[in-house]
Amino acid sequence: MKREPKKLEEAGNVLLQEVNEPGDEHSAPKRSLWNVIAIPVLAIVTGLIIGAILIAATSTTVYAAFGESFGQGLSTALNEISTAYQALFTGSIGDPGRIISALGSGDERAIRSAFNPFLESLVQATPYIFAGLAVALGFRSGLFNIGVEGQLFIGAACATFVGYAITGLPTIIHMPLAFLAGALGGALWGFIPGLLKATTGGHEVINTIMMNWIAFRLTEWLLSGPMNRPGAAGMPISPLIEESAQIPQFFQTPIRFHLGFFIALGVAWLVWWLLFKTKWGLNLRTVGANPRAAKYAGLNVAKSYMLGMAISGALAGMAGGVQILAVNRSMALGLSSGYGFDSIALALIGNNHPLGVVLASILFGTLRNGATRMMVVSRIPIDIVDVLQAIILMFVAAPAIIRGIYRLRKPKHEEETVFVSGWGGGQS
Amino acid sequence: MTPILELKGITKQFPGVLANDHIDLSLNKGEILALLGENGAGKSTLMNILYGLYQPDEGEIFINGEKVMISSPTDAIEAGIGMVHQHFMLIPVFTVAENVMLGYESVKYGDFLDREDASKKISEIAETFNLPVNPRDMVRDLPVGVQQKVEIIKLLYREAEILIFDEPTAVLTPQEADELFKIMRSLAEQGKSIIFITHKLREVLDVADRIMVIRLGAVVGETTPDEADKNSLAAMMVGREVSLVVEKEEKTPGDVVISIQDLVVADKFQNIVVDHVSLEVRAGEIVGIAGVQGNGQTELVEAITGLQKSSGGQITLLGEDISRATPRQITELGSAHVPEDRQADGLVLPFPTAENLVLCTYYKEPFSKGVVLQYQTILEHAEKLITDFDIRTPSALTPVSNLSGGNQQKVIIARELSRPIQFLMASQPTRGLDVGSIEYIHKRIVQKRDDGCAVLLVSPELDEIMELSDRIAVMYRGKILAVVNRSAVTKEEVGLMMAGVMPEEDFTAKKKHVVERTF
Repeated sequence: MKREPKKLEEAGNVLLQEVNEPGDEHSAPKRSLWNVIAIPVLAIVTGLIIGAILIAATSTTVYAAFGESFGQGLSTALNEISTAYQALFTGSIGDPGRIISALGSGDERAIRSAFNPFLESLVQATPYIFAGLAVALGFRSGLFNIGVEGQLFIGAACATFVGYAITGLPTIIHMPLAFLAGALGGALWGFIPGLLKATTGGHEVINTIMMNWIAFRLTEWLLSGPMNRPGAAGMPISPLIEESAQIPQFFQTPIRFHLGFFIALGVAWLVWWLLFKTKWGLNLRTVGANPRAAKYAGLNVAKSYMLGMAISGALAGMAGGVQILAVNRSMALGLSSGYGFDSIALALIGNNHPLGVVLASILFGTLRNGATRMMVVSRIPIDIVDVLQAIILMFVAAPAIIRGIYRLRKPKHEEETVFVSGWGGGQS
Repeated sequence: MTPILELKGITKQFPGVLANDHIDLSLNKGEILALLGENGAGKSTLMNILYGLYQPDEGEIFINGEKVMISSPTDAIEAGIGMVHQHFMLIPVFTVAENVMLGYESVKYGDFLDREDASKKISEIAETFNLPVNPRDMVRDLPVGVQQKVEIIKLLYREAEILIFDEPTAVLTPQEADELFKIMRSLAEQGKSIIFITHKLREVLDVADRIMVIRLGAVVGETTPDEADKNSLAAMMVGREVSLVVEKEEKTPGDVVISIQDLVVADKFQNIVVDHVSLEVRAGEIVGIAGVQGNGQTELVEAITGLQKSSGGQITLLGEDISRATPRQITELGSAHVPEDRQADGLVLPFPTAENLVLCTYYKEPFSKGVVLQYQTILEHAEKLITDFDIRTPSALTPVSNLSGGNQQKVIIARELSRPIQFLMASQPTRGLDVGSIEYIHKRIVQKRDDGCAVLLVSPELDEIMELSDRIAVMYRGKILAVVNRSAVTKEEVGLMMAGVMPEEDFTAKKKHVVERTF
């Protein structure tokens, strides 16, 4: 038997299986891939359509045009929508015309600035990837980590401290050290609720929320007290980190695209490898999927919860660390625009799979980035993106709506959950 | 005479499965019709259609010759159809009267519950149909057999004419089951019509007027108890000849493999649920623990397998004290455990079959090297077990949730029995399985015993205990009442002990030597 091709094919199968969980084995692989992505993709499409309606419905110019005539109103509405979405597109991906002409001219600076919107979207996506992975790994381990935001703050504070307090180290040591400090801080912040769950049964949802508040107030105190920037006059802001601790940006300002994005991709791969290729991952997933069976099989459920929370926290800490070291370069309170909470949505849209999380993060980063331009060009408030995200998330969380709209067939396993084996029964 | 119920050409298609294929069924007034079939044959689907939980793709339902549409359980109840579910739908903290009137309340002065009126009606029903219950009793205080009577009263209270019993004996002792059959007979005599769903052949022959056998969604035959016997019914059900008797040679047991001394286990409310139990199992013998569910067997098994801490006594496995050991330590000593609830404890349903097959051993060579799982080896291992144990699955990567109950159990059996083990703890290994799978799993367990493995079998199915065991321990209210040689007792005697009735004087005298030897 040839090993290599079989292995590849099998790896593909395993991947599908994981994404598809619990999959429908009777269908062809192609269909099961569609099964996996159908709901998120259609949710996004539907979200954009509803967003379009909202844009038209909240615009006073559209109302005024409808006052003149119906045709006038309709064309104005379409016009508004296309302007807005065009701005969203050029703001997040780039202007195709500009890209082509820049490539044609061969001028390096023109090319860079033509690609800047897209690169900026990736910059926005980076903390999302880390935070989304944190929630996804938690879900896989049977833990609902709502404390990502707090872990992110603690991680950021630790990375900042190592970043400015230690001096004289070469970049090759200082930068990873600061980044790992962020991970470690987040891990500690995640580990505490994990420990509480394992030893006292205290629910991690409650405890991570409480840990969030502790983290917010603690960082506030740190930034205005021990970690305050000299001469900041009471402003809660930290000193700038040393240059040696900075994660490098690839191009000159204003392009902020940095190495952190690739670190995020690497970490996503690492999380995938950990979850699906190692015995620790199988341990975490088994406890996550069925703690009773895990106990039966001889796994240490308590240890698994603690480990899961610590790794999840570490990933959240990295989200904070990467923002400090690569983008902000110092810590202030406006560090996070809700990455920790959006990350729950990311994990859900990404089906708790690292690859899904990466894709969902890039989508969210793109939307966030494009929305800024949309606001400038068509004066549509940036909050429309929040609404868009919320709608997409709702559709992903309640797939029955999407299936209803697009007449998709339910996967077999869901149809059968309700009635078979003695209606309402199952357990005696 | 017009049948009270007629189903014509009922067809129901699920993705990939034709659950019901043009099924015709007619039920006469005052008749007991047994619907016999393996799990997954389509009995439940058919009854769920009749009860309004599913809509058929094709086919019609007639009641008293009139075509009816049943689109919800409410419609079914209005049409006079009632169902006694396998798992009771009672609220433990309500009284019998409250449970019975729920959804159908007697009221007075507007919206106030009229418990007196309900109680009176219940007492009348109880008298008419010989179902002695006290309407004021709290349901949680009642034995299972009585709870089932409450379920039946519930239907009669709603004036059901057609009663569907879905596997009603699963939770009963043999004596309780016999009593249920008497009740069913008397219901039929008084004009109620009954559909009795089961896969147990003996029950069908005991109680039915007519038998309909369903296989793979289609009716494969109709017969009566006079014309049929166990073997012919089993063959119809499975579609091939089945051996109903486990073939087993006498063997002389070897050394003691597991020894339980004075074991005490308390539940989380500190009630003693395993009460000073002592038992030994030797190599090459099967010791069966007979008893109605809920008499401490579950806790005994959990203590033996390390899932629950004991509060007294000692368990010795292969010379090692395992009273304080973890499940993994016990497994690594060379023991295997087929758990009572395969979906809750034995499997991780969303995971592929291959991963479930290494659930207890994935962390060891050759399935892991360092921390990295060796998927190639795990898959090869799975392919081998799938062939060896005849597990019907589309592939080793199919999530076990997609497998049928029998094949899920085979996954567990394959995982546990394929390891080199010296002790097998089998807890209800054939619960809810069809005849074909039961035959197979019994054969495997006997084979392990013949290989010199010590087997402790727990089952509420007396037939299973009688067929497999070399010795039988009867458990009642946490205690082991007696340990007897299989060959020295009859099924009736064990059945009585399961109900807590100690053998009479002459019985004890007759079997005394046996009892003494084994204690």
